[in-house]
Amino acid sequence: MSDERRDAAMQGSPEPLPHAGTEIDDPKFADKSYSQGQLVRRRFFRHKGALAGLAVLLFITLLAFTSIGIGSIPGWWDKDFTTTGSIVNGGKPTLGWFHLGEHPFGQDTTGRDYFALVMRGTQISLVIAFVVGIVSTIIGTIVGAIAGYFRGWAESLLMRVTDLFIIIPLLVFAAVLGRIAGQSGIFALALVLAGVTWTGLARLVRGEVLSLREREFVSAAQAIGTGHWRIIFRHILPNTIGVIIVATTFAIASAILLETSLSYLGFGVQPPDISLGSLIDQYQTAFTSRPWLFWFPGLFILAIALSVNFIGDGLRDAFDPRQGKDG
Amino acid sequence: MTRYILRRLAISFGVLFVGSFLMYVLTINSGDPLEDLRESTANNRDTLIAARIDNMGLDLPWYQRYWQWLTGVGGCFVGRCDLGTDRSGSDVLSLLQQSASATLRLVTIATIAAIIIGIIVGILTAIRQYSGFDYVVTFLTFLFFSLPVFWAAVLLKEYGAIRYNDWIADPHVSVLQAVLIGIALGFVLQGVMGGRMKRRLLTGGVTAVFTISALLYFTSVGWWRSPALGPVLVILVALAFAVGITALVAGLGNKRVLYSTLTTVGIGSVLYFVLGGALDEPNWWLLLGLFASAIVVGLVVGYFMGGYSRGQAMGLSAVTAAFMAFLTFADRLVYAWGSFLQLKPRPISTIGASTPNFPGDFWETTLDWGAQLLLPSILLTLISVATYSRYTRSSMLETMNQDYVRTARSKGLSERTVITKHAFRNAMIPITTIVALDFAALIGGAVITENVFGWKGMGAMFKTGLTQVDPNPVMAFFLVTGTAAVIMNLVADLAYASLDPRIRR
Repeated sequence: MSDERRDAAMQGSPEPLPHAGTEIDDPKFADKSYSQGQLVRRRFFRHKGALAGLAVLLFITLLAFTSIGIGSIPGWWDKDFTTTGSIVNGGKPTLGWFHLGEHPFGQDTTGRDYFALVMRGTQISLVIAFVVGIVSTIIGTIVGAIAGYFRGWAESLLMRVTDLFIIIPLLVFAAVLGRIAGQSGIFALALVLAGVTWTGLARLVRGEVLSLREREFVSAAQAIGTGHWRIIFRHILPNTIGVIIVATTFAIASAILLETSLSYLGFGVQPPDISLGSLIDQYQTAFTSRPWLFWFPGLFILAIALSVNFIGDGLRDAFDPRQGKDG
Repeated sequence: MTRYILRRLAISFGVLFVGSFLMYVLTINSGDPLEDLRESTANNRDTLIAARIDNMGLDLPWYQRYWQWLTGVGGCFVGRCDLGTDRSGSDVLSLLQQSASATLRLVTIATIAAIIIGIIVGILTAIRQYSGFDYVVTFLTFLFFSLPVFWAAVLLKEYGAIRYNDWIADPHVSVLQAVLIGIALGFVLQGVMGGRMKRRLLTGGVTAVFTISALLYFTSVGWWRSPALGPVLVILVALAFAVGITALVAGLGNKRVLYSTLTTVGIGSVLYFVLGGALDEPNWWLLLGLFASAIVVGLVVGYFMGGYSRGQAMGLSAVTAAFMAFLTFADRLVYAWGSFLQLKPRPISTIGASTPNFPGDFWETTLDWGAQLLLPSILLTLISVATYSRYTRSSMLETMNQDYVRTARSKGLSERTVITKHAFRNAMIPITTIVALDFAALIGGAVITENVFGWKGMGAMFKTGLTQVDPNPVMAFFLVTGTAAVIMNLVADLAYASLDPRIRR
């Protein structure tokens, strides 16, 4: 596939499509040609689960970032997550069907507004999950491409490192590293987590590159004297973009679970920073007396991970329809 | 083949060595091991600090400490294990011996349960692709993938265990509850069975009526507090299993296999009564011996009755014998439930790996273990089941689209033969890899579940070790899990070779 077509695949076309709702993969309707991007986008938007996931994820992200603001920029919610106050009505949540009330998610044991706390935790968990997903994708893609294209020592190194992660449980390795990095802030933690989660994607990319490097268009590029790096980045990797995007979404979903688990064990996000995992850790003993302190952060983790997983599923069907509806 | 396995083993041990080095260096650099003492205001602070420096060898450079640890572990090969001491000076090896069994029991049970359930669910969803059942299972797998274990664990503790314990104190199923449960079960089963409307209604109806009457009957005779299976039920279930597994694998037309499995059940039923007395106060070695001899009996029966399909008859009879032995075991275990409830009125525990100073006999102690294991293993199983069923489904769908499956269908083989012999066997190949790779993840999950349920297992050892920057307990944890992972990989390689003859060359 040429570069131009792939570029189109990434950008797509903004025009509305004719005969919407018909089966565009069917050659009968091939009177208009669709770019790869249009095909992918249409298949994605037909996947109801993925659309719902996208809507939920956008809603949660907007809610988390607009409500309490980012850094010094204030949000629309009038309370912040550090101010303690008097406990109203035993700190019970005031959230109703159509009204938020004073403390929609209740108050914690020192009277802090729990909605603001959960929003702060969601912000940090989301930021870490996305940084981990993106950085581990970059590392994994580069290592996988080098291992698959040049083979030799790079490949055996990759294979041994993956073997290492089969033997050391990921959570254990991440816990040891997280204990070191957690004290230096959330970005250090995210980078460290990315440093241990890239192996799966690297193997995947290596497999793709191994088969692509034998194809004619690579031989053609080599014949006209194209450099190795240009072949990798301009000819081979654009053909694996589907695999990479799908793997990134799943990496984000597992990153949020990894981070919250680590924070729950006490090896992830360290105070004064708050993560959804550390909130659960902090309040799990309060389950019988104040169950809401336990319910809300868990529900947010579940909602985020579930929606990202559904988006990933939709993307996989969109990029590779062979794996989806047709078997 | 031997060379292949030896090479894999050598690589694994090399990786284990590099991993241990990495873990050691990272652990000792993860914080300050003297932090709590430096902040302490005790009078004998300096003595305490000196004692800890002595216990942990903090006056030595890091490579000497690692070398000490490595030579201690190397001693295991000549029978003198020395895993060092933790920071308070107690021997890590004896700590490990107390904690390892609980964790390994948990992880093994979860793995076995997840393999069995995951593969069965995966095959069913692949066969009934795009049915309501398939969609529900797909949604559930996504849910389990996205579930934070530590959160789900607390929920299960609060709503599963505590509610059950309240209920078992005065077990009562009202008619309405029985009807609802029956209808729900019937609905699920008709979805799994599929077929035409008439068949679905029949399956659902029969299941619902059976479940409702069973629930009400159990309540009326007080089965919940003093349950029993009894010889009739054991033999009936074993007969059904023998017929079922023969029908599934060999086909009922193969009379030799059918007679061989039925004979095995016959012998098992006689032994059930003969050996009854020996099982009153057994131990694990006796049970293991009986289990092994049951398998031998199955093999012998298959050998003499198998005729032209001797191999299949031997295999299936052995499986039937193993199932029969397991049923007899379960029968005894269920029978002990009544006296177990007397000893422990709230059976399902939420804290700890075993009740301290539990007075019961063999069966009651086993039940106590089971009650402790139940919740953590349900959690670990759920998450792995999601992975395994998903992989089994896609792997099955992939093989069902292959040409050789079409060939098998077109030469007139029954659907059963096509699925069990041609599709399933080939679909298993990628799944063995997944199971081996997933083992390390399960151990990681065990760290979390142990923390939630307050087990003093290896996960707790790891967690406190890491919190206190104490390398020896952390390394002991790594040693056990790493070795277990290496062994799992070896088993997977062997399974791989037996499933895919191309590897053997």
